[in-house]
Amino acid sequence: MALLDSPAPAGSGARLMAVLNNATVRSVVYQALTLACVVLLFWYLISNTIENMSQRGMSAGFDFLGVSAGFGIGFTLIPYREGDTYLRVFMVGIANTMLVAVVAIVLSTVLGLIVGLARLSNNWVIRNVARWYIEVLRNTPLLLQIIAWYFGVFTLLPRPRDSIGWVDSIFLNNRGLYLPAPVIADGFGTVLAAAVLGLAGAFAWARFARKERENSGRIRPVVLPVLALLVLPPLLATLLAGAPVSWDMPQLRGFNFVGGLNIPPSFCALIIALSIYTSCFIGENVRSGVQSVSRGQTEAARALGVPPGRTMRSIILPQALRVIIPPLISQYLNVTKNSSLAIAIGFPDLVSVWMNTSLNQSGRAIPIVAMTMGFYCLVSLAVSLAMNRYNRSILIRER
Amino acid sequence: MTDAVRGEPPVEMIGVNKWFGAFHVLKDIDLRVREGERIVVCGPSGSGKSTMIRCINQLERHQEGTIRVHGRAYGRDLRENDAIRREIGMVFQSFNLFPHLSVLDNCTFALTWVKHLPKKEAEDRAMEMLTRVRIPEQAGKYPLQLSGGQQQRVAIARALCAQPKIMLFDEPTSSLDPEMINEVLDAMVELAESGMTMIVVTHEMGFARKVADRVIFMDQGEIVEEAPPAQFFDAPRFDRTRLFLSQVL
Ligand SMILES: Nc1ncnc2c1ncn2[C@@H]1O[C@H](COP(=O)(O)OP(=O)(O)OP(=O)(O)O)[C@@H](O)[C@H]1O
Ligand SMILES: [Mg+2]
Repeated sequence: MALLDSPAPAGSGARLMAVLNNATVRSVVYQALTLACVVLLFWYLISNTIENMSQRGMSAGFDFLGVSAGFGIGFTLIPYREGDTYLRVFMVGIANTMLVAVVAIVLSTVLGLIVGLARLSNNWVIRNVARWYIEVLRNTPLLLQIIAWYFGVFTLLPRPRDSIGWVDSIFLNNRGLYLPAPVIADGFGTVLAAAVLGLAGAFAWARFARKERENSGRIRPVVLPVLALLVLPPLLATLLAGAPVSWDMPQLRGFNFVGGLNIPPSFCALIIALSIYTSCFIGENVRSGVQSVSRGQTEAARALGVPPGRTMRSIILPQALRVIIPPLISQYLNVTKNSSLAIAIGFPDLVSVWMNTSLNQSGRAIPIVAMTMGFYCLVSLAVSLAMNRYNRSILIRER
Repeated sequence: MTDAVRGEPPVEMIGVNKWFGAFHVLKDIDLRVREGERIVVCGPSGSGKSTMIRCINQLERHQEGTIRVHGRAYGRDLRENDAIRREIGMVFQSFNLFPHLSVLDNCTFALTWVKHLPKKEAEDRAMEMLTRVRIPEQAGKYPLQLSGGQQQRVAIARALCAQPKIMLFDEPTSSLDPEMINEVLDAMVELAESGMTMIVVTHEMGFARKVADRVIFMDQGEIVEEAPPAQFFDAPRFDRTRLFLSQVL
């Protein structure tokens, strides 16, 4: 460029231009300006709100956290009694939200993998069923689906006395799902020990299978033996030790069930709707990930005589994962955030018990909103960090 | 080599026809490859060269006719088809190495999961083949860290590891920079000298002259002319061949 070659202009205006055109100076100036704008904006918003609130006699402090909240919560993962503090309510909300998020993430990932691979099946029926599943469920609003599952399915179930029951121990009715609850009794230690032994055995077998493959080339089955080792020892120990776990069976007393483990309809509806809805997106991620791996990879494996299942597991999926994981992260974050729609069907998640009930009762909008936002931000950051780290570990090495 | 003793030809195509939808790609292909024979296939783009050699290891299924490999015909028995296919190694234009596996693991992959060899033995054989194509020192690298010529030689080594009796090459040098073509051709010449049965789709006419026992010219899904290289290049019998040669030479 001619400009760069010309001698430095003498005037002070020109010198100023030269400084302003410097790449480093520019980037520092722009960043500083952006930061200043953001800080100013927040300072204005916060100071304004605090002033408004203090005029109306509302406090922004966190002192209310130690005060008894005084309301009941229908479903709690961690123990909670009606007299407990607001802080405890916050914890209960977090636990419930995390429970929904974790269960929905696991279910939607499994479902999504199945749907995504089914979408690529050579079988016309399987491929098209998967396609319509995705098209229909992905394109209706999640809130609608949650409400449909709740009011359209779970609250329309029969009354407790006409429950749908399986082998007299699992019951489904309009009050939710009733399962036998395990009660630990004598001899449970034996079962625990057997389970631990089984787990160790499973690890040992996987290791043995790998060593065998490396040493003698024999391919041993891994998946089934490992499953057997995980399930059978505790099962056998349970039978031998003579009822180390007794079951608290749900029983119909009058108009309702007592005993057992009750999973409320709102939880069932929320989990099912969230998992199915998210599985559509994950399915599409899986499909595009698998399709991003060139056909040549499959053909090379086929030309080498590698069986299709092995090709999928060792060649296609590891490469597809690089493409699948970044959008998967945002799906996991979406599940966590979408779980706040629980409020529509009265499931007590964080938003419902904290942003709604607690906020209305205590009037401490600022700390409550801040704490809730802080929680969601923290979860998002943690999930992104973990998944990005994993993604980096599987990156393909190029130059 | 019991098959060779029985005298069955390594590859035999009889009246093979194939359609992609309504498009007739292969028309009555008859081809008999002798033990140790080196065949070069050439022809204009879209003439069906790739499709023909991909039928030989059933990456594409043909709809009519018979393809036999050492006397065993492909049919509806998938396991038998797999067994037949394992006699054949293939090298692609775009290498198709597994980018997430090291060069060594690329070579041992089929030995582990198909031939069930112990790791030590598989790695020894992989190193032997990598030495044969003169890149043993790259064993620990990843495919995308190598040059195109090196990648294609890894692909040749990977195919050779499975100890195939027949090797198929589909334009192995077409996606290489000119200065890398020779290193790959050299590896192929050495392979030919070792007595491997080879079917090579290529436009490298120098290679064809030097190595081929027979050159096959395909056009519009048909085998138009087949002849030893001297006759093929110096005295082609058909106008279509002459036209093609005038374009590539
Ligand atoms: N999977 C497919 N579906 C439909 N048509 C195909 C398919 N594969 C190849 N064809 C068509 O079949 C014809 C022959 O293709 P083929 O790849 O065998 O040609 P080729 O001789 O190898 O050409 P090139 O020199 O360009 O590689 C081409 O017209 C191509 O468009
Ligand atoms: Mg081709």
